[in-house]
Amino acid sequence: MSAKPVTRTTLKLLVTAVGMFVFAIFIMPPLYDVFCEITGINGKTDGQYTAGQQIVDSDRVVKVQFVATNNGSMPWQFSPIEYEVKVNPGASTPVEFYAKNPTGRDMVAQAIPNVSPTNAAKFFHKTECFCFNRQELKAGEEAKLGLVFIVDPDLPVGVNTITLSYTLFDVTDRAAEALAQLD
Amino acid sequence: MAHGPEKGIGRWLFSTNHKDIGTMYLWFSFAMFLLGGSFAMIIRAELFEPGMQLVKPEFFNQMTTMHGLVMVFGAIMPSFVGLANWMIPLQIGAPDMALPRMNNLSFWILPFGFALLASTLFMEGGAPAFGWTFYAPLSTTYAPSTVNFFIFGVHIIGASSIMGSINIIATVLNMRAPGMTMMKLPLFVWTWLITAFLLVAVMPVLAGTVTMMLMDINFGTSFFDAAGGGDPVLFQHVFWFFGHPEVYIIILPAFGVVSAVIPTFSRKPLFGYSSMVYATSAIAFLSFIVWAHHMFTVGMPLAGELYFMYATMLIAVPTGVKVFNWITTMFRGSLTFETPMLYAIAFIILFTIGGFTGLMMAMAPVDIQYHDTYFIVSHFHYVMVAGAVFAMTSGIYYWLPKWTGKMYNETMGKAQFWVSFIGFNIAFFPQHFLGLAGMPRRYADYALQFAEWNMVSSIGAFMYGAAQLFFLYNVIQTIVAGKPAPEEKTWEGAEGLEWTLSSPPPYHSFTTPPEVK
Repeated sequence: MSAKPVTRTTLKLLVTAVGMFVFAIFIMPPLYDVFCEITGINGKTDGQYTAGQQIVDSDRVVKVQFVATNNGSMPWQFSPIEYEVKVNPGASTPVEFYAKNPTGRDMVAQAIPNVSPTNAAKFFHKTECFCFNRQELKAGEEAKLGLVFIVDPDLPVGVNTITLSYTLFDVTDRAAEALAQLD
Repeated sequence: MAHGPEKGIGRWLFSTNHKDIGTMYLWFSFAMFLLGGSFAMIIRAELFEPGMQLVKPEFFNQMTTMHGLVMVFGAIMPSFVGLANWMIPLQIGAPDMALPRMNNLSFWILPFGFALLASTLFMEGGAPAFGWTFYAPLSTTYAPSTVNFFIFGVHIIGASSIMGSINIIATVLNMRAPGMTMMKLPLFVWTWLITAFLLVAVMPVLAGTVTMMLMDINFGTSFFDAAGGGDPVLFQHVFWFFGHPEVYIIILPAFGVVSAVIPTFSRKPLFGYSSMVYATSAIAFLSFIVWAHHMFTVGMPLAGELYFMYATMLIAVPTGVKVFNWITTMFRGSLTFETPMLYAIAFIILFTIGGFTGLMMAMAPVDIQYHDTYFIVSHFHYVMVAGAVFAMTSGIYYWLPKWTGKMYNETMGKAQFWVSFIGFNIAFFPQHFLGLAGMPRRYADYALQFAEWNMVSSIGAFMYGAAQLFFLYNVIQTIVAGKPAPEEKTWEGAEGLEWTLSSPPPYHSFTTPPEVK
């Protein structure tokens, strides 16, 4: 019968269509994340960096600027103490951010870093950072949050200014959930 | 035993006949064309003069969004599916489409999809106002509450397209008359076959995109929300991975129509048939690897910009092959200039202009200047309207005598063409200047220095709009009071199986397969 080849074609095409749907939702986003992680093109920085023997390039000066932003309705006061530092690539530099919880309840926050320009992201190393952990502040409490970073001496020649931006997220509810799961 | 159509509304509701379904698709898409056109008239009326005249900016944004969505998904795509339904079985010598019941379903869910979409106009919050490209977070975090209607509307429209294209592929691969080998297929069938493969590959990606939006909005995921670890730029990548093949989905069937019309009125076979087939396939392949040229300004690395720039320019090669083939077909032909031919020639000229502005925008360094200006608006109207819609109009004038058995009025057809052609160019050519001068798209108001050309553009748009009502009149006049068309061949130079049938063709044609030599 002639119906059989038609059915076969139809089934193949239906499977293709479903496959492309699955591809769009379950494969493209993770693939995009992996791609960005490898290339650093969306400004995501790597995790904690263990400093080896760094050679300090004292001939070159790179300006590092800091930006602090609150996400959505996050009520904390959050700002860098120094807005800008000049560093030599390879030198380990400590800086501090200021945070205060002005509300009447205990809160937990998570800071997410982003580096611009994006081709500098892979060359900005953090040896210590408050963004590696959640920050907990009691009602009315304030704190200084520390960051120690090294600009890699291999930083592309065209980059003279790096902007490090932190966005602070309110994760109080999620932290409570995580604790509840531990019990 | 062959029988005629059922009586009454049942003929249309339960139809599994490719001709009836094709007719319904064509009428439906024309209704959508008028709806989308009326939105465009509101846009151009508001932009007639600087300052706010007729509508509020929010409503203006709804109009630009709905105009784009309705025209792309409601007018152009279904109209070519209608043409495919009518012509593919006739051109390959098949009795009907391979999956007639799915054909019925794929048509009848369309009105529901568009009812969902259009109903948002009357709801609190208004219709989608985030542009037809619905970039996140405009369409997620900041979307009106009606966005879910939009999402489900797109799901339904996408399902319809996927079913329609599965049907077309199954028909072309399995239902050809004996002797009709793949390299003997009329080019309209070839272009539609390739289009259908593109649709099966990318419409699910569109469905996936809106599904991710749906989950971000309603179920707390963060695909496109940086706050939860997602990325709004991902939206643009996923959208344009669908969106770029989509523009070829729209234009390839138009290439097919023109490849049928040009040889007929040149009285010569199409020049370079096989190169046309390969060029179409090459365009389809390239369409999958150039999507990020729509997003040169998102902050791509230099290597990415260079790759997408060169890959995009590569598309000009197969497209150029097609344009040269059409011109060579006309070269030294015995040309006559009936309405379909006028539309086809206008298609070649204007589509090539649109193609050239496309090449300009392919250059990443200058695209940063052109991005989101009226230069873009002008470019894609040259390829969508003067490309797809002109080819569609050409096809309708060309096959209308075959479908109805009646001849349209040639003088009226030509008049309609000239009003369309002149109106179109008055409307869209000045938008090149506006764009180059820096007028951004998607705003309800503009700076004073853009006033003159905007007024000119609006006048042209009204003219073009009126020409479409004139077109509707011509078609109805033909059906109601047209003179009988010549029994088989309407056009002296026409080739192909559809011209071996009577005009109008019997309700069930090619019940015994024709011989193809």
